[in-house]
Amino acid sequence: MAIVNDHTVKAFDEDLNRLRGLISEMGGRAEQALLQAMSALNNGDLDLAAQVVRDDKKIDALESEVEQLTVQTIALRAPMADDLREMIAALKIVSVVERIGDYAKNIAKRVALMDQTRSIEAIPLLMSMSNIVAELIHDALDSFAARDAELAVRVTVRDKNVDDFYNSIFRTLVTFMMENPKYISESAHLLFVAKNLERMGDHATNIAEMVYYVVTGGQMEERERGEQPEDGAAEQEQG
Amino acid sequence: MTQEDLTILDPKMTAHGVNVFYGEKQAINNVSIDVGTDLVTAFIGPSGCGKSTFLRSLNRMNDTVAGAKVTGEIKLDGEDIYAPSMDVVQLRARVGMVFQKPNPFPKSIYDNVAYGPRIHGLAPQKADLDGIVEKALTRAGLWDEVKDRLQESGTALSGGQQQRLCIARAIAVDPEVVLMDEPCSALDPIATAKIEELIHELRGKFAIVIVTHNMQQAARVSQRTAFFHLGTLVEYGKTTDIFTNPRQERTKDYITGRYG
Repeated sequence: MAIVNDHTVKAFDEDLNRLRGLISEMGGRAEQALLQAMSALNNGDLDLAAQVVRDDKKIDALESEVEQLTVQTIALRAPMADDLREMIAALKIVSVVERIGDYAKNIAKRVALMDQTRSIEAIPLLMSMSNIVAELIHDALDSFAARDAELAVRVTVRDKNVDDFYNSIFRTLVTFMMENPKYISESAHLLFVAKNLERMGDHATNIAEMVYYVVTGGQMEERERGEQPEDGAAEQEQG
Repeated sequence: MTQEDLTILDPKMTAHGVNVFYGEKQAINNVSIDVGTDLVTAFIGPSGCGKSTFLRSLNRMNDTVAGAKVTGEIKLDGEDIYAPSMDVVQLRARVGMVFQKPNPFPKSIYDNVAYGPRIHGLAPQKADLDGIVEKALTRAGLWDEVKDRLQESGTALSGGQQQRLCIARAIAVDPEVVLMDEPCSALDPIATAKIEELIHELRGKFAIVIVTHNMQQAARVSQRTAFFHLGTLVEYGKTTDIFTNPRQERTKDYITGRYG
């Protein structure tokens, strides 16, 4: 479905474009926060980690701005059909993106708490996992911008890879902790990092499901889910 | 058009393959639709789409327009309303109508409401007539406002009160269907809200069909919505579906304000 900007009331199109721009910017910032947090973790870069924590405020501010604009548009323009669905999805998507930003911030905060992490073999796995998660977030938001239901479906399918990574990292870290008890503290932090990444993947899936709703008006079929992560908690909200 | 999920188990009126012509010009093209007994049905569409023309064919108001011709089949409780045996006066008592501009008779409030029951001989005694007038005005939500001045002229009321008086007049003869053609477009928002509340109250007592330009109003008052465009019925469905997830591109363009 193409994006049609041809309302008789042009000011409505302007509101919609502004809304889409804000969500796009917010998604870009969340994706960047994730990549920077992981880079900071990998390189022990405390400055970069601190920057991620600072920048999260901008993501929060964008969320408020989108919420305000959405409520205002619903009140003033009384959107219908796909326009209405877009408003509802916008509200839900920004709260999910805000959560993704929080997870990135949470990862960044752990950087200062660990040293000698580079010797832990789970780190390269976490880096690969985070790249997939970043792609999922990117594609989920692209599917929103392009009204692309097929891309949205592919995002939900690819989330399985993230879950597989999580299971693999979980096993790796548990083994590592048994063999290297003096790294238990660092390893525990990395487990949380893995869990955060896994949650971010689920959030990307949530965004994709909302995009599907915006485009088609229907709910995405219950997709084939892979195995549950081994701690059995992949489906539970954290905190 | 899509018909899925749209079985009306208990239709009050059924229209099948209806065409309406004004002279050479065809205003309605092959429209088929069922109107549910316990439902409020809204007709929406841009000006000139034929929704009012179709509404007026449901109680043969088009008969009064020179050169108008209706073909196809329209039934009320299974009875063809265009059959030669149909008494049009009786038909319009059974299928009442409320118009865009309040049009009370230049008579007292009481006589406005009593007019129909009198000519149809529904009230043998004065007390019966008083009862009918009170009941109709009460149902129309006007009784408390006018009970102490029933002999004042109907035209002295406010616009919103006049429209409710017209609704009271229409329902005084106990119709089975009430057709409303843009009943609120001449009213302010408060009077509009009162009419909408009234429509809500009357649902179930009469089958109600309302033509409206105000899509929010259609969304608020109806359970079924029909979208007309260029004389055809483009889409007919549950009101919630039409306004959240219309099937037809033309419907979507119209309700989201992309039409034209």
